[in-house]
Amino acid sequence: MTMHEGTGMAANFMAAPEVLPPVPQVQPGGWESVVADVSSDQRAFKGVPWGKPMLWIFLLSDTFIFGSFLISYMTVRISNTAAWPNPSEVFALTLFGREVPLLLIAIMTFILISSSGTMALAVNFGYRRDRKTTFRLLLATAVLGASFVGMQALEWTKLIHEGVRPWTNPWGAVQFGSSFFMITGFHGTHVTIGVIFLVITSIKVLRGDLDQERPGFLTGRKGNYEIVEILGLYWHFVDLVWVFIFAFFYLW
Amino acid sequence: MEHVEHSHAAPTGDNAGGHGKGQQHPLGIYFKIWGLLFVLSTASYLVDYFHFHGLLRWSLIIIFMLLKAGLIVAVFMHMVWERLALVYAILVPPLLLMVLMGIGALEADYTFLTRGAFFAPTAEKPAPAAH
Repeated sequence: MTMHEGTGMAANFMAAPEVLPPVPQVQPGGWESVVADVSSDQRAFKGVPWGKPMLWIFLLSDTFIFGSFLISYMTVRISNTAAWPNPSEVFALTLFGREVPLLLIAIMTFILISSSGTMALAVNFGYRRDRKTTFRLLLATAVLGASFVGMQALEWTKLIHEGVRPWTNPWGAVQFGSSFFMITGFHGTHVTIGVIFLVITSIKVLRGDLDQERPGFLTGRKGNYEIVEILGLYWHFVDLVWVFIFAFFYLW
Repeated sequence: MEHVEHSHAAPTGDNAGGHGKGQQHPLGIYFKIWGLLFVLSTASYLVDYFHFHGLLRWSLIIIFMLLKAGLIVAVFMHMVWERLALVYAILVPPLLLMVLMGIGALEADYTFLTRGAFFAPTAEKPAPAAH
């Protein structure tokens, strides 16, 4: 409490000369912590770096966007009188003279999961202040992400050559094309943006911007390794969305 | 007021991340989850490869999907180590999507039935009737 009284400006500004009730020094657990956070003075989630709740809220809004896409895909698929093209056949690749279903999609899935793994490790090594390893892991994540986008471009090219358009396709329900391009396109855009930020962050890490707390390009806030974790949240979310797309669009 | 924040880390155990020093956990858990995600992805791929159909297929897809999503959110995104208020603030609102899904499914079923009733004779032709 001496620290509080010592900061003269703050004390004047607060204009609260009477004795404040003792602030609980112990973080309560369970429901009490929820109540404490929600009824918190001035701001919620005290002690959590502000960027993290902010990114979580962004991801929440993104969840609703992707959720709406997948739900509208569901409605057009249920309400269709025409047969829905079988994704297992549409996305099959011919390998050694034999049709392997969903091969490229499976490879893309494994690549994205691996990139999530390297990202999680990058966050960990970032907090250990291991600059070189964090840089390498971030770069590996970016390379995996870029190859994912590349494969998606391949997939798109293949389907477009086969005559799939947002308004038509050779196999059945016309909404197949619009759902496919909209959902995978939006997801691919997310991956692309993620790759760009991965490259930017990896350069920052390598230069030591975060160790020396240099402020970023658009902000006066000091750099720190939380931005790696925040970027990690975004990246894992992109992987998370793919889990749902893989299940509902490709496997269903 | 700021000084309140310095004393958080201790009581919730040594793994209590998110306070000051950030999330720091043993590397092993990431590799384990990574491996599990590979196994689950392979399993969900095999559902398609072996041409499972009907209820078995759908339930397996959903189970593997939810397990994967849970592992990613819980461990990779550090949700199990976050404070409960944040967990609820983030995980509860998406449940609304279940409502939207229910409404969508009902409406789509109804549309399908209506199309069946009104456009059945011309359903063979690729007419704008499908719309």
